Amino acid sequence: MKFVEEYRDPELGKKLLDMIHERSRKPARLMEFCGGHTVAIFKHGLRQLLPDNIEMLSGPGCPVCVTASDDLDRAIALGHLPDVIITSFGDMVRVPGSRSSLQEARSEGADVRIVYSAQDALAIARDNPEKSVIFIGIGFETTAPTIAASILQAEQEKISNYYVLSLHKVCPPIMKAILDLGEVNLGGIICPGHVSAIIGSHPYQFIADDYKIACAVSGFEPLDILLAVDRLIRQIESGQPTVEIAYRRGVKPEGNVPAIRLMETVFEIGEANWRGIGVVPSSGLQVKSQYEKYDAAKNFKIDPGPTHEPEGCICGSILRGVSTPKDCGLFGGTCTPEHPVGPCMVSSEGSCAAYYHYGDNHG
Amino acid sequence: MCLAIPALIKSIDGQQAEVDIEGITRDASLQLTPDAKVGDYVLLHTGYAIGVIDPAEAEETLKLLKELSEAS
Ligand code: SF4
Repeated sequence: MKFVEEYRDPELGKKLLDMIHERSRKPARLMEFCGGHTVAIFKHGLRQLLPDNIEMLSGPGCPVCVTASDDLDRAIALGHLPDVIITSFGDMVRVPGSRSSLQEARSEGADVRIVYSAQDALAIARDNPEKSVIFIGIGFETTAPTIAASILQAEQEKISNYYVLSLHKVCPPIMKAILDLGEVNLGGIICPGHVSAIIGSHPYQFIADDYKIACAVSGFEPLDILLAVDRLIRQIESGQPTVEIAYRRGVKPEGNVPAIRLMETVFEIGEANWRGIGVVPSSGLQVKSQYEKYDAAKNFKIDPGPTHEPEGCICGSILRGVSTPKDCGLFGGTCTPEHPVGPCMVSSEGSCAAYYHYGDNHG
Repeated sequence: MCLAIPALIKSIDGQQAEVDIEGITRDASLQLTPDAKVGDYVLLHTGYAIGVIDPAEAEETLKLLKELSEAS
């Protein structure tokens, strides 16, 4: 595949690794924010191949994982309302909420359908005018503009039975929240590639300026990640943190301006509830009042009941970078991808699933 | 979840495009990339093009990777 294959050249990768081994002197802890990067790093065994003084840590960039239990309970409660069709991205339906998952709600009679795109959810609304079709809107800045586009399309086509439960989250504020917690001492951050395709690289500037932490936006192929690591190491060795883009074919400093505009047309910044971190101000996206007829939070009355976290699951502290899956007593025994206890094992890009699939020797 | 893959635009009809991913044809919305043209590669995420791939930058990055590896 063009723009993919070239960035997988193993010969080139080996030479880059040699160069990184030569250059890197200072001990440094690097966090890959994005779950997609976690998977790529594990899949290609990069943790093992990097020098010993470089420690890699996974961050909270897995939208399924960071969805709080009580938000999930709200989604499930919506599914139990009469004449409602829930539409959701795949992984989300398997995440255990306080009492059940969306998948279990389906076996109890709720109409829960997995979609690949918000367009599919809209098509279901078009085909089922007598039902209320609710899309469970999870995802970061990569996905939020697509959901915004679907709301605008519903408006254009006068589809009046389409709703979004917006659980969307934005990345820079949660990076700040994690740095302010002061639990992890980071030298550099591998910034998310496709979030940055939308927001650009400027929103990370405060991390370099105020926290003196190196930043590099990375693509998802092994050479992209090695290039990002190289950029971070150079910044760390020179003591001059800044924000670099190591994924220039996909990311411009200013991002995708039409997509940002579209997102800002439909959504406004509000608080969001993050698993393991809690409510963080200005870290979520809510449907603006002029589009509230599409806002599931405003149009349905539900009582999701009290929230319980899955017992024994330490997903929350894994998402903060404080623990690893190996610290969890349930990992690989009670909790497996077939029978997940927490979301970090459900999502294919959750840390627990990555450790499980690619072996803990990569940790 | 933020997975996006390169897809080649084959034809455009309004805001919808037909794209090719390794020989497989799929629909893609161009609502987020209004400037995308036939022949462009876009990053396809959940049925939407979220950005146009810049081939000149791709070339530059490959050049940089080669330079770095030769310098070691
Ligand atoms: S292994 Fe399972 S129970 Fe343990 S932290 Fe991961 S998801 Fe939670």
